[in-house]
Amino acid sequence: MAHLVEIRGLRVEAKTDSGRRIEIIRGVDLDVADGEILALIGESGSGKTTIALSLLGYTRAGCRIAGGSVTVDGRDMAALPEAERAALRGTMVAYIPQSAAAAFNPSRTVMEQVIEVARIHDLMPPDAARARAVELFRALALPEPETIGARYPHQVSGGQLQRLSAAMALIGAPKLVIFDEPTTALDVTTQIEVLRAFKAVMKESRAAGVYVSHDLAVVAQIADRIAVLKGGEVQEVGATGQILARPTHPYTRALLDAVEPSAGAARPAEAAGPGPLLEVTEVVAGYGRIGPDGMPLVPAIRRVSLTVERGRNLGIIGESGCGKSTLARVIAGILPPVSGRIALDGTPLAPAAAQRPRDALRRLQIVFQLADTALNPAKAVGEILGRPLTFYHGQRGRAREARIDRLLDMVRLPRALKTRLPGELSGGQKQRVNLARALAAEPELVICDEITSALDSVVAAAIIELLGELQRELGLSYIFISHDLAMVQSICDRIAVMVAGEKIEELAPGDFGAPGTHPYSRLLHASMPKLDPGWLDGLGRDAAVEWPVRAGAAS
Amino acid sequence: MKSQIAYLVLNRMAAALVTLLVVSFTIFFATAMLPGDVAEVLLGQAATPEAVAGLRTAMHLDEPAILRFLRWIGGLATGDLGTSYANAIPVAKLIGGRLANTLKLAAVTAVVSVPVALGLGILAAVLRGTLFDRVVTALTIGVISVPEFMIATSAVLLFSVYLKWLPALSFANEVQSLGQLLRVFVMPVLTLSFVISAQMIRMTRAAVVEALDKPYAEMALLKGASRTRVVLRHALPNALGPIVNAVALSLSYLLGGVIIVETIFNYPGIAKLMVDAVSTRDLPLIQTCAMIFCLGYLLLITIADIVAIVSNPRLR
Amino acid sequence: MAATLRSRLRLGYALNPVGVVGFCIVAFWAVMALAAPLIAPHPVGEIVDFDYFGPMTREFWLGTDYLGRDMLSRILMGARYTVGISLAAVALACFTGVTLGMTAAVTGGWFDTVLSRFLDALNSIPSKLFGLVVVAGIGSSIPVLIATLAVIYTPGAYRFARALAVNVNTMDFVTVARVRGEGTGHIIGSEILPNIIGPVLADLGLRFVFVVLLLSGLSFLGLGVQPPDADWGAMVRENIGGLPFGAPAVVVPSLAIASLTISVNMLIDNLPRRIRDRSA
Repeated sequence: MAHLVEIRGLRVEAKTDSGRRIEIIRGVDLDVADGEILALIGESGSGKTTIALSLLGYTRAGCRIAGGSVTVDGRDMAALPEAERAALRGTMVAYIPQSAAAAFNPSRTVMEQVIEVARIHDLMPPDAARARAVELFRALALPEPETIGARYPHQVSGGQLQRLSAAMALIGAPKLVIFDEPTTALDVTTQIEVLRAFKAVMKESRAAGVYVSHDLAVVAQIADRIAVLKGGEVQEVGATGQILARPTHPYTRALLDAVEPSAGAARPAEAAGPGPLLEVTEVVAGYGRIGPDGMPLVPAIRRVSLTVERGRNLGIIGESGCGKSTLARVIAGILPPVSGRIALDGTPLAPAAAQRPRDALRRLQIVFQLADTALNPAKAVGEILGRPLTFYHGQRGRAREARIDRLLDMVRLPRALKTRLPGELSGGQKQRVNLARALAAEPELVICDEITSALDSVVAAAIIELLGELQRELGLSYIFISHDLAMVQSICDRIAVMVAGEKIEELAPGDFGAPGTHPYSRLLHASMPKLDPGWLDGLGRDAAVEWPVRAGAAS
Repeated sequence: MKSQIAYLVLNRMAAALVTLLVVSFTIFFATAMLPGDVAEVLLGQAATPEAVAGLRTAMHLDEPAILRFLRWIGGLATGDLGTSYANAIPVAKLIGGRLANTLKLAAVTAVVSVPVALGLGILAAVLRGTLFDRVVTALTIGVISVPEFMIATSAVLLFSVYLKWLPALSFANEVQSLGQLLRVFVMPVLTLSFVISAQMIRMTRAAVVEALDKPYAEMALLKGASRTRVVLRHALPNALGPIVNAVALSLSYLLGGVIIVETIFNYPGIAKLMVDAVSTRDLPLIQTCAMIFCLGYLLLITIADIVAIVSNPRLR
Repeated sequence: MAATLRSRLRLGYALNPVGVVGFCIVAFWAVMALAAPLIAPHPVGEIVDFDYFGPMTREFWLGTDYLGRDMLSRILMGARYTVGISLAAVALACFTGVTLGMTAAVTGGWFDTVLSRFLDALNSIPSKLFGLVVVAGIGSSIPVLIATLAVIYTPGAYRFARALAVNVNTMDFVTVARVRGEGTGHIIGSEILPNIIGPVLADLGLRFVFVVLLLSGLSFLGLGVQPPDADWGAMVRENIGGLPFGAPAVVVPSLAIASLTISVNMLIDNLPRRIRDRSA
């Protein structure tokens, strides 16, 4: 018998804003057998989601299928009339979106939306559909399966919504389930539970799957075969074990290398100066009125202390909402702390940036996560880099131009970019400009707030490498804030772990997972996906995973 | 959650009251800045200084403006709308029947235009990008961009001058039969409906388009829902707040449109009364009419805000 | 700086034919308003025809009005009032509104709260009504008209600019400028303004349309430009008696207004767009 899914010579066109048509999928052939899970791996713009959506006979606005066939169970989704496609959606092919939080209609209850598929296609009576939904909720290990359906989407956490969207997909008993980066927006500890639930229900339902992701380690846990995509073309297809162990395509190898960054070169020990460069003592910060106990109404940082030695890097790790980015803003003076002290090189700093002397501001620079919003879109790169030069160092004219050129060299960007606007640069180039602007101040300490999270893995790895080189050249210190333990481990000397606004411990990069460390640190360590396909299954439900803070961190 | 809704609603109503106060203050002082003395103006050139002084005292014109403002606002609150300068009739009496006429006109216009406009707006959103959508969009922009009196005069030219179906003027107090009523109302209602429908269609279309662009609409489509179902079950419930807002804002354009329409068709409503009062500088009458208009506007937008709060699913 | 300029010119712009037509009509009226006295075939106030409400003839292209004056000349001179007053009012309104809006967005706090509340309240007085009240209180003259129209449209411009500026203000590049130690002046002028100037100019165009409509409406009610001067709205009013005969004197000023406002709308909706995908 033929395969369940046969994609042949698929080409998809997109219309650009000048009305030009460009091909974003250039002749793709793929097969998926019954019950098999195929992963589509690639970076943003590789066309992986476009291919996945074509399996539903759907393209996003401005795109259209220009050629080829997408056969699912003998019918060509690309050629069917709209009504027949609609009849197959939800029953033959189901879709699990990237952000369930956005894909659930805020004005209707979860249950209504989960059983809507049954109602649209008249599959079973509403009561039977509800009973089936509760069964699925139970299989997906959702809390309170009997009643969770009565809630509205905003009353359910992100990880739970993601599992509910799986229930929504499976209720129509489809033969093929499309997973569109379903765990990308989740924290690592939540991701494990969701992956585990997906894996269990897929095994039970025997449906085939197409799993779209940029994360090889995640895909290694769930997929039977992997297709590596780049620029709308398939680079390499193979069984999961083969792709991981013996990649043939250089691009696949680059992807694999980026997953597990090599431990950074050791920093010379003698670089450490006499006193600490930055000393943060008992800092409390948050929002709202300050209560009698000295805590604000909504505390974000609770009595955190840390030190950064000269020439050394401190990592701060934690999941979303743990206060790590707030801590960066407190140190930079963007959010003045309620109490506590911050001292730079032994000199106390005023709480708010506006009260700090210009030289103190110069010595401590912050680089933000999203270069898109961190660079003024109306200014050319040269102007962006030139402003701190004029502002801090009074440089003008030729000296300034020469310095801008040197800064671009430093971050390995061509000098010609000087006249470009940020909107004309790639994501990686923008982040380099963002970094160069901080360097223009000639700082001693640079706070990097999730600066690689928005980047594709290969690009992110290059940025991390650049940070190391700059450190060796300029003798900088970094505070490196991230949710990605592997990334932090590769560049930092000490790593502080934060949960719910508190720093629970500080470890050397090699000490993670060691016995005697805090259970949460062990949980974080255990939750980092490994390229080993047996990692998820081998990860017993040990004590660490059951650590109670999980529920709070998941929401 | 219920208490949060109550809090937001009360908050909105309090804000409306504060706004009303600022508005009345503005209206009072805009009219009180009159150069020259009201008493002199009223008594004419030949008045003796004594007579002027007497009238000044009687009208409290010697008191500080803020006191006069308080006296005026206190009167409004207790139903004492003052006396017309022009003909010494109590303002309340002048306004009574006229207000009813205007409300009749507004009600008929709303009943005619709201369903049509909502239907066209939603349809244009669903058929986005089609010829129908583009024609509707072009027409609404056209109607919004021309003055109301142009629509009114065009209607007269078409129906009265060329087709001779209708009289050019209307007098609501001479209506005896249903047929006459129709003939009296048709032209003003037609003109007003054009003016407010254009706004309503635009805003409704925008609200529905926005909801249709949300990921949950795409998700519904990928569950196999028909376009009709996506619109009715997923987009419309979420667009309800913005649509009610669009209706309220459009109806508030009635207030502007009615001034022109009543004047051009000689319709004995409150707006015509006010325009006439401006030419005779009858300040108490102007102030009261202005307050009625502002009250109507505030009432509309406050109701719209409250509907938006109550229909917000996140507050449920 | 020169290098920057060159790179921006190198960018492609997509022109839309509808936008071009809109631009041409707007430019036509601008030229007419400037050159009216040179072009007008007859003095505006002179009665040149024995007949009133005359039809369009070879001598009087747009007919004559209720006194037998040449409509073409009156329309040309009327353009000065309609375009001039509206332009002055809208410029004043937008300058005040945008400056206040950006300042409020950047400073925040009580300045923002009080100003926003006050201007919102002002905004809840229907615009025509506000015009009526002011004219009743102060009387009508060209400076009063400009000031009144400006006051009426300042809250809208303020609100628009503030909303845009608040969005830009939350961007990280503004935070970066703040922690660099930059003052409010630099943040408003150099970080925020360049990012909102496009929408602000488009908004100015739309607001210009509203001002033209309101001015015409007021003049039509006899509360705007006073005789012997006349803008287009006032011309419709003085010639309304010709409506039963379908005289050109009633129709032409309306058409003039419509041509101006619709073409401004066409222009704004179809401004030249920068093409972003130049990599071909």
